[in-house]
Amino acid sequence: MRFMVLVPGSPESEAGEMPSKEILEAMTKYNEELVKAGVMLAGEGLHPTSKGAKVRFEGNERTVIDGPFTEAKELVAGYWVWECASREEAIEWLKRAPFDGGVEIELRQIFEADDFGEQLTPELREANERLREQAAAQN
Amino acid sequence: MAASATHRAIDAVWRIESARLIAGLTRIVRDVSVAEDLGQDALVAALERWPESGIPDNPSAWLMAAAKRRGIDALRRRVTLERKQELIARELEILQQLDQPDLVAQVDDVQDDVLRLVFMTCHPVLSREARVALTLRLLGGLSTPEIARAFLVSEATIAQRIVRAKRTLAEARVPFEVPGRDELADRLSAVLEVIYLVFNEGYAATAGEHWIRPALCEDALRLGRILSALMPCEPEVQGLLALMELQASRLRARVGPHGEPVLLADQDRARWDQLLVQRGLAGLQRAEELSDQLGPYTLQAAIAACHARGRSLEETDWPRIVALYDGLAALTGSPVVELNRAVAVGMAFGPEAGLELIDSLADEPALRGYHLLPSVRGDLLVRLGRLADAREELMHAADLCNNDRERELLLSRAVACGT
Repeated sequence: MRFMVLVPGSPESEAGEMPSKEILEAMTKYNEELVKAGVMLAGEGLHPTSKGAKVRFEGNERTVIDGPFTEAKELVAGYWVWECASREEAIEWLKRAPFDGGVEIELRQIFEADDFGEQLTPELREANERLREQAAAQN
Repeated sequence: MAASATHRAIDAVWRIESARLIAGLTRIVRDVSVAEDLGQDALVAALERWPESGIPDNPSAWLMAAAKRRGIDALRRRVTLERKQELIARELEILQQLDQPDLVAQVDDVQDDVLRLVFMTCHPVLSREARVALTLRLLGGLSTPEIARAFLVSEATIAQRIVRAKRTLAEARVPFEVPGRDELADRLSAVLEVIYLVFNEGYAATAGEHWIRPALCEDALRLGRILSALMPCEPEVQGLLALMELQASRLRARVGPHGEPVLLADQDRARWDQLLVQRGLAGLQRAEELSDQLGPYTLQAAIAACHARGRSLEETDWPRIVALYDGLAALTGSPVVELNRAVAVGMAFGPEAGLELIDSLADEPALRGYHLLPSVRGDLLVRLGRLADAREELMHAADLCNNDRERELLLSRAVACGT
């Protein structure tokens, strides 16, 4: 099972401040543990939203909104992708992360083909695949 | 938390901690069998206590302390009950070692212990089957029923295999250590073989009703990733991991809507897992940088990388694949590699050239009864338009095949050749 862990932004991350040496050390050690356990597939930090942009969709209209964005708590400042045997294992790993101060870290399971289960009948699956093929052909 | 939820959480902790716990205990008691029993005792203690107390802040320290406490209790009881002097001497020794203050403080030491345990469970004194079962059990954290399900044999068979393996290790006095330079290459290749066996059983099941079993691939990948972190400078460790990541990237495109196999030529490449492709290509690069001469796993990873980079079967660099198979054939002398090379030659230089190579392999004893020989021959004959001959070869391949799904595919391809 594959999971994504979403780390929210903070006023500091939005200001582009680097974390303290202690926090960096603790995070490096934690990342090493994840790698040594064969759990971490990917993980990156994101630049502040001042370097990002949003695109708003309304009918045929596309509006580009430059960063920064407000509501630092709702912004993503980094992510991991983990491979775990169960949701419980992912939670157990997340509990060991060196965060503090009331921050809430979100864990989400990534969809894999089997997750669609019964709802995705062979016919639907085929139709889905045809759509993908068409999309690929149009590229 | 409901009891079942706590049990699932304990399972998760066990999966994370068990290899390190058993490795650490093996270093202390110098006997992997005793170490595993103590580890299991600690798990039982956790199952008794944690549903009420909750999972402790430092589960690994808790489990280690519980294992030692149970070990000391059990030994004290036995030492007073039993009269056999020799046994008592050995057990007193273990008792003393367990009684020492916590030796498992340094994370790096624990990592070294895990590596020692890897070399122990993959020791050549054990049969291949025993190595696989013991490695999955002690390093993969899999239970006996899980291993039994994975290999389609009974729990009793696996349980017995593990008990015997541990006994063999004890009788042969296999040391708990990373082998020295002179034997490292051979011993490491035994470790890699075990991991790749597990992967392959998931990637192309040799028996049963399913064509692939992704959970086994994931177990192998996890072991490969752990080993890669333990031995970052060993090119073949990196090569094997790259190979598995690249092959696994195609897993979800490898089965059709009804569970039928989908071969490389027919796979929807948009479904390949790009995260695994990228990890595989990066791993291959690491392996190549570390190698003086590419080893067999790195060569196979390089071949898999040619497929990963190819946008279609036609746009694949087949001449390079042939060259890589040349290198692999020279290194391994394996007839199965020659067979694969013939497929690549057929793609690079036309079916006639491929068929010529296949026919030179026809009398190879190692390929006798191997369904892929007539299967490949059938493919090449189809491309040459010799449909009646192709049909015969594909029917023959289906006869030899033990996997239900693959056999159905071979039969349908035979039928497609007409009569």
